[in-house]
Amino acid sequence: MPDESAAASPPALRLQGLWRRFGPKIAVAGIDLVVPTGSFYGLVGPNGAGKTTTLSMATGLLQPDAGTVLVHGQDLWQRPADVKRLLGVLPDGVKLFDRLTGAQLVTYAGLLHGLDRDTVNARTADLIAAMALEADARSLVVDYSAGMTKKIALACALVHAPRVLVLDEPFEAVDPVSAANIRDILASYVASGGTVVVSSHVMDLVQRMCDHVAVIAGGHVLAAGTVDEVRGDASLEDRFVELVGGRVSGGGLAWLRTSSD
Amino acid sequence: MVAHLLRLKLQLVANGLKRSVWQVVGLVVGALYGLMVALLVVAGMIALSVSDEELRRPVTVIVGTVLVAAWWFVPLVAFGVDSTLEPARFVTFAVPRRTLLVGLALAGVIGIPGAMSALSALSIGAVWWHDPLALVVGLGASVVGLALAVVGSRATTTVALPLIGRRRVREAMAVLAFVPLVLVGPLLGGFSSGFTADTDALRRVGDVLAWTPFGAPWAVGADVAARDWLLAGAHLGIALGTLALAAWVWAAALGRALVNPPHQEAPSKQRGLGWFDRLPATPVGAVSARCLTYWIRDPRYAMAVAVVPVVPIVLWVMDRDGGALILAGPIAAFLLGWSVSADVAYDGTAFWTHVAAPLDGRVDRWGRVLAAGCLAVPVVVVFVVGSALLTDRPTTIVPLLGAALGLLLTGFGLASVVSAYVVYPVQQPGDSPFQTRQGASSAALVSQLGGWAVLAVATLPETVLAVVAVRGGSALVGLVTLVVGLALGVTALLLGVRYGGRVLEKNAPVLLQRIMAFT
Repeated sequence: MPDESAAASPPALRLQGLWRRFGPKIAVAGIDLVVPTGSFYGLVGPNGAGKTTTLSMATGLLQPDAGTVLVHGQDLWQRPADVKRLLGVLPDGVKLFDRLTGAQLVTYAGLLHGLDRDTVNARTADLIAAMALEADARSLVVDYSAGMTKKIALACALVHAPRVLVLDEPFEAVDPVSAANIRDILASYVASGGTVVVSSHVMDLVQRMCDHVAVIAGGHVLAAGTVDEVRGDASLEDRFVELVGGRVSGGGLAWLRTSSD
Repeated sequence: MVAHLLRLKLQLVANGLKRSVWQVVGLVVGALYGLMVALLVVAGMIALSVSDEELRRPVTVIVGTVLVAAWWFVPLVAFGVDSTLEPARFVTFAVPRRTLLVGLALAGVIGIPGAMSALSALSIGAVWWHDPLALVVGLGASVVGLALAVVGSRATTTVALPLIGRRRVREAMAVLAFVPLVLVGPLLGGFSSGFTADTDALRRVGDVLAWTPFGAPWAVGADVAARDWLLAGAHLGIALGTLALAAWVWAAALGRALVNPPHQEAPSKQRGLGWFDRLPATPVGAVSARCLTYWIRDPRYAMAVAVVPVVPIVLWVMDRDGGALILAGPIAAFLLGWSVSADVAYDGTAFWTHVAAPLDGRVDRWGRVLAAGCLAVPVVVVFVVGSALLTDRPTTIVPLLGAALGLLLTGFGLASVVSAYVVYPVQQPGDSPFQTRQGASSAALVSQLGGWAVLAVATLPETVLAVVAVRGGSALVGLVTLVVGLALGVTALLLGVRYGGRVLEKNAPVLLQRIMAFT
């Protein structure tokens, strides 16, 4: 889009001072992040770093205690109905309406976003073919494997052609072939001007797939920028361990040697 | 090891209480209710022990039988077994099976129903305090009876699990569960009509029950008091034999469960898009289509639907020649109208789909109400017209329709508001049908009672009018009832959907967060 290419155009996603606590635990302590339009942005961090909490707040699923979320310059929490139209969301650790069939579920997501019947039907068929789920489109989602469930959820996130995709652990439990197909879909989506934010544990994947990356730990952003900026000369994994710390050295668990019995 | 299991159970209860205030409220309400029932039994037993000696044996046997039978069969159709200590969770630990059994059985007594039953069982044994020997034996037999209740309950549920998992079976069971309820009416009528005259019948019932596995342990004390050693030995033998059998069945089933985790039925294929093809392709239509699909396909909703046809049956049996049957329409209207209040809770974490979509809160509310309405309006109309014709009082149709539709629509409106504020833990889709959530039912109860009170007040005009019209029989009052009921109902529905929708828009992320905290 021409107006987006102007230098003054706002980024696809801008998080400002996001803050959220659960009881005594501060899950996210002031996160600032800028995701440029057309970038493939990776979010990495150790378990419990606040990735899921951050992404939930960035997609309207969780109210932040403080801070703002701007999607293409519009405030998500001020104008949720307008902004949620722009977002495609794949959350982690939640269920789907799994008593529906795969095709019904994607149709449902499309209709909730206000698409008309013909568009929904055509896109549902396309998405199910792209996710290689034709054989199971008419089975209940509750009977799907973990990987198939991820794929159908991704189809739901894509059906209304969002401008920003926010995916929490999209590759978990997905087989390598499907993962490669999904990576192709996401890459062509980015190439056509869309923006993708993914969280992942797999550094290698992020290094290969993403052009930008942010390292999050303890509810803070430790480093953010293009992948090359963040990793410097080292691999992303080494840089990550260096930033986050926590490697346990020494010869602990000596008793775990099988010969000691 | 057994002590470990007991401590684990206590720790789980304590940790559950730490998570939310509702859990504490639920536990307190449940404990008060349980205490009340147990005190009632204890008081009854004390009264029994100082009154007619003739009655002691049959009453203790009958009360004990009810206790054991309740443990065995109630979990099959309602409530479920507390699965905080599910055997499957111990698969990876090398716990000897015998130890695990004893520990799980003892842990089963910890909790409100267990404590309540223990108190009741001991009070049954204590009835024989006049006779020290009978007291000692009776108390011992009560412990056997309690063990029989707990172990038997585990045995019946583990054996029935594969069967009960199927939806059709479960629905049929839910209806069957009301059969004893249906019998309560005539039984109470029989008791009140002449209690003393029925002492003989009571004794005969007690004698028969004493030979069943449920009643046998409770007869031992009486046998000893009568110094009938043979009978005492026989009853104790039946009790211990059943206990051993139940323990063996449970152990075998547990052994199977530990090596064969439950597996799923073969996936079923659906043709087309079902309701999504039939309803308009709008957000409201989509929500309705999804809800209707769930009403039919989700066993939790199917239970709610299965209860409705039972209402007229119960009413008819309770009051066979009177006009109680005409209450069927209004009662069904109340049940179905209020059913929407648990909708968001039933969605579980899948509710995120609504939160992430640019959905007007009113769309969510309308979709749910319309789906429930598709089922409820025809049912209510059929019940009202049918019951009026069956009781030969066709003039009551118009006022009853007014009251029933008023209740239904106001119920929808009010439930739309309540469910935008309150979610409580419910069985999640795909959970074992026997699973209950700690404190769930009581917490639900507390939040629902408030809603019912408001509903009763909000529908007062049409209910009062309907009573007047049905009693007095004036056609004009009947017509006024219909108009008032519809007008108030539609107003309440419109206000409820609009206000509930606005609350939901603001509250949806909070609700989602709370649902996620339950799991």
